Formats: sequence, structure tokens, C-alpha cells
Amino acid sequence: MDINAWTALLAATIVAGTPILFAAAGELLAERSGILNLGVEGMMLVGAALGFIVTVNTGNHCLGLLAALAGGGSMAAIHALVTVSLRGNQVVSGLALTIFGSGFSGFLGKSYQGIPMNYGFKSLNIPFLSDLPYVGPVFFRHDILVYLSVLLAILMWYLLFQTKWGLAIRSVGENPQAADAVGIDVSRIRYLCTIVGGMMAGLGGAYISLVYAPTWQENMTAGRGWIAVALVIFALWNPTRAILGAYLFGGVEALTFRLQTIGINLSSFFLVMFPYLVTILVLVLVTIRRRQDAGAPQALSMAYDREER
Amino acid sequence: MAKIKLIRREKESPLARVLVPVASVLMAFAVGWIILALAGHNPVLVYQKLYNGALGSPYAISETIVKAIPLMIAGLAVSLAFRMKLWNIGAEGQIYIGALAASWIALNLGQSSGPLVILPLMMIAAFAAGASWGLIPGVLRAYWQVNETIITLMLNYVAIYWVDYLIFGPWKDPNSMGFPLTPIFSAAAQLPTWGDSRVHLGLLLAIIIAILFYLGIQYTRWGYEVRVMGQSPSAARYAGMNVTKNIMLVMLISGGIAGIAGMIEVSGITHRLQQGISPGYGYTAIIVAWLSRLNPLAIIMVAFLFGALLVGGFAVQLVGVSFSITQVLQGTVLFFLLAGEIFINYKIVLSHKEVL
Repeated sequence: MDINAWTALLAATIVAGTPILFAAAGELLAERSGILNLGVEGMMLVGAALGFIVTVNTGNHCLGLLAALAGGGSMAAIHALVTVSLRGNQVVSGLALTIFGSGFSGFLGKSYQGIPMNYGFKSLNIPFLSDLPYVGPVFFRHDILVYLSVLLAILMWYLLFQTKWGLAIRSVGENPQAADAVGIDVSRIRYLCTIVGGMMAGLGGAYISLVYAPTWQENMTAGRGWIAVALVIFALWNPTRAILGAYLFGGVEALTFRLQTIGINLSSFFLVMFPYLVTILVLVLVTIRRRQDAGAPQALSMAYDREER
Repeated sequence: MAKIKLIRREKESPLARVLVPVASVLMAFAVGWIILALAGHNPVLVYQKLYNGALGSPYAISETIVKAIPLMIAGLAVSLAFRMKLWNIGAEGQIYIGALAASWIALNLGQSSGPLVILPLMMIAAFAAGASWGLIPGVLRAYWQVNETIITLMLNYVAIYWVDYLIFGPWKDPNSMGFPLTPIFSAAAQLPTWGDSRVHLGLLLAIIIAILFYLGIQYTRWGYEVRVMGQSPSAARYAGMNVTKNIMLVMLISGGIAGIAGMIEVSGITHRLQQGISPGYGYTAIIVAWLSRLNPLAIIMVAFLFGALLVGGFAVQLVGVSFSITQVLQGTVLFFLLAGEIFINYKIVLSHKEVL
């Protein structure tokens, strides 16, 4: 491969990592507040479908993004209602969200299958930086959402670790009893973090249907929501590490795609397995290397019951 | 001002335990009604199609049973793991890998042996394959606390692509005119069916597994241990139970049972390995298990309901509704069920005193 092919591959890596970064950063926020939401895949799918449908019908991709935000957010609100207010099992509720989202997006998008879309996002070349040799095409000639995803992840790091709000969120995820005792509204924080997390998953989904693909296919997220959940563990619940992780998975995806097109002597069915196998491998390595459960919020996936203090 | 207070019950409310699942199903259909109406469909017509497609004729009922069989087996598989709070959501992949192993036996030994040899062999192979697919996340979880939810789910994709590879490649029937199918199994490798319906011996097998499961969980020391470990792993360790070993054992059996669901599909229904052996049985099984409150005998009943939903789902496509509506209903049932569990575990009282 010559140098231009490499820069193209790296640029593709960033694009492929972007939807995963949105979703993983959102899930990370929810988990920091103690809510495990395994519905990321479902929320991404609904975001992808709504984003696509609204964009095609209005001709305005910003409205499409808003619809995706609303879709992901309202699905997450159901999860919050079931798990925070009604103390339902977080794992099962998340699975319900994924099953529901997969069905609902398929139902909505039935007549939009495979329609081409031409209201996409133009790439936004950062002045000066985009002209740098090699570095420019890899990092600075992307659409605005790519920059937004990185910005959101960094902002989230700042929010979580440098502000009073972040301290409140983390304390709710670590020890809700203590947080409650000092007057923090546990339920409200968990609702907020879960819903914002869902909105980001919706955004990640819309990125796939509006920019990355850009089209609508049933179940087009193809497990990226689950990869995002795995990525939160990889990132040790730190948003800046999530950026790195998202591009690692983006790289695997971009490479898989590239190898398929250059016709490598390996069945494409094994190539498409690759991202899932890498996810397994990375998850195993990260879990074994760190001390048991280090980094995970202590109260993750446990309902908070005030009466049982 | 009256305020709602929740008080945890000492024991689950037996009335709520029955009413909540029933109400969940009814409310899910109500939500489905609204979604259909908003999308411009006629809900009465769609539900009529759904009902007739699933239960409207003897043929429809037999097809509902056909779909219920893998749901029963996979539902039993995941509920065993769920009892230990092991989130095996990989039944889908375990079904595929079981189907793959059973097909390998059928394609290689099917011509030379009788059904009494070949069918048990297929079953053993499917169990072993599914078991190993469950054992991978089991070992990882038992020794290193690796999250089994994600691993089981990732392995679903691996299994499905592996089957794809075989049926598009080395196992493809040369006479299939390009379709991704293996050759049809010999008669010896096909499960006997009931009359001229497609209902096959797998039904009996599912019921046997359910009874064994019930007896094993209720009446053996191991079953007792599984229940204790599910409720409190630390208490189980304190009592000297080997939690590590049992995590692996339960994942192994859970995966193995799901593998058998794959075997009965290829041996009883498709008679060959092909794409879409399971249209999401492994995921629907999770809902079947939860709606049954992990009770093996209830799973047999609830599986019929969801078998009916799947068969009816094909019928509603005739009036222009996407098959996806069945998944919408499934997810909604699960939400109402989880929401309703609060009535099972808590007493809800209105207190008139101001609560600070």
C-alpha cells in the first residue's frame, strides 16, 4: 500500500469510529450514574431510522438529527422509568429496549429500505490544518459530526472529573446512599444521564444512516451498539479513553472493508467476523489486566431503594 | 397530601405473579394497537390477520406449535443461566452452532446409518457444539469476571457468519442453482413428524427437557445450589459451594440445550443447513423465559404464545405490515412485565402523612 492508501484508511478509521464514539460516550455517562443500559443497539437503530426518514421527508438533515436525538432520548427515558422509578432489572430492560428498537426501526423504515439519500453532511475542512500533508486528510477534512463526537467526549471528561455536577454523577454511581444523604437527587441524576446517553446513541445511529452508509437497512447497526457497550469497559469508564477505543474499533472495521475490496485470499465471511472477534479479545484482555472490577461504578446496575438505606 | 410509598413484600404476591404477565401481554397489544393506528394501518384487521394466521385453522395451529418448539428449548436454555444471574443472550449463536454440528453429522454419516444411530449422534454433536459456545463466556466469566453478556452476543455474530461461510462455500449443494443451501439430509437424519403436519419429535424432546429441568432445579442438591448462587453468590461461597465450577457448568448446559434447538430445526424443519435457521428464536427465548418467571413448565405454555406471534407475524405481512411489529410487541411485553414486577415485590400504599 502506498502512503495515500494509508491516509485514506486512517481517515476511514475515524469515520467508522464516530458512531461508536457517540454511542459509547453516551453509555459511559449513564453507567457513571449507575444505570447499565444494554439498549444501545436498539436506540442506535431507532436513531438511524428516524434520522433517515425525517431527512428524506423534509430534505433537512438537521431535522433528521433532531429526530434521532428525540428517538434515542425517549427510548432511554423508558429505560429510566422502568429501572429507576420502578426498580426493574436493568439487564432485562436494556434487552427489551434492543428488541423493541430493532422491531420499531424495522417497522418505521419498511418503505425506506435502500432508498439513496443525498442530503448528506459536507466535509468541513479546518483552515490551515486540513492542508497539512497526510495529517490534514486523516484528521481535518471530515464532516462536522466527527469533530462534534470528539468534542462531546472531551466535554464529558471535563464534566465528569472537573465539575461539581460530575462529582454528583459519579457519587450517585458509586454510592447512592451517601449521595442521597448529602442531598443529591439520585433519581433525577440517573434519569438525566440515561436520557442524555440515549440521545447520543440516537445520534450515533443517525450518523450511520445519514453519513456513513448513507441509506436505511433493517438492523444496519450490525452490533455496533454492543461494541459501544464493550468499549465503555475498555475505556475504564473514562471518556477520553473512549475516543481511543472507538478509533481502534473503527480501524478494525475500515481495515475489514479495505481487505474485502482488495480481494484478499480469505473468505469475506471470516473478515466480517473480525470486529466481533476483536471485541471479544479486547474485552478479555482489558478485564484480565485490570484488577477485578476496578473502574466500574460500584453501584452499577443496582436499583436504589431509599427505604432500604 | 397523599404520597405513594413502596413497601417491600416479605414474600412475592401470588396473585400479582399471575396477573402481571397476563396484563403485560394485554397492554403490549394495546400499545401495538396505537402504533399500528398511528402508522395508518387498521389495527382490527391486522390483529384479525395475526390471530387467523396463528390459530385460525388446524394448519395454523400446527405451525404455531412448530415455532413454539425451538422457543421452548431455547427458553429453557436461557432460563437455566438466568437462574444463576448469568446473562446468556447468546442462545441465537448457540442455536446456529448446534445446527452446524448436527448438519455435519447428517451430511457425513447420514447415508450410512439408520435414524436410531444418526439422530442421537446429531443431538450429541449439537449439544457439544452449543455447550462449547456457552463454555467460552462461562470460563471467561468464572475465572476473570469477563462480562458474559457482551461475549455471548458477539459470539452470535461469529456463529451466524460461520454458518454463512459453510453454506455459501464448502458445504453448498452443487445442485442448488447457486442458492446458499447444503444438500438435503437423508431420511435417517430427519426427525419423524406427526401425521402430515410439520410438528416433529422435537416437541416431545422439549417437554422432556422441561421436566428434567424442573426436577433438577426443585429436587436435587445441585438445583438448590444453583438457586442459592443466583440469589447471593457470596452467601453461596460462604456455604462452601463451588461458584466458579458452577458458572462454567451452567453456561455449558445452557449453551448445550440451545444447541439442541438448532439440531431440531435442521433435522425437523429445514432438513438442510441454510440461512435464517433461526429468525431470532434466541432473543425471543429471553422474553419467553422472563415472562415465565424462569419456571420450566410455564415456559412450555408461554412458548406457544410467542410461537403464535411469530406465525401471525408472517400473516400480517399480507396486509402490508412489517414482520418487525412482532418484535415491537415482544419488547413492549417485556417492558410492561418489568414495570409490573413492582406489584409482585412491593406493596403500594398511599400514606396521608407528609413524608420528608
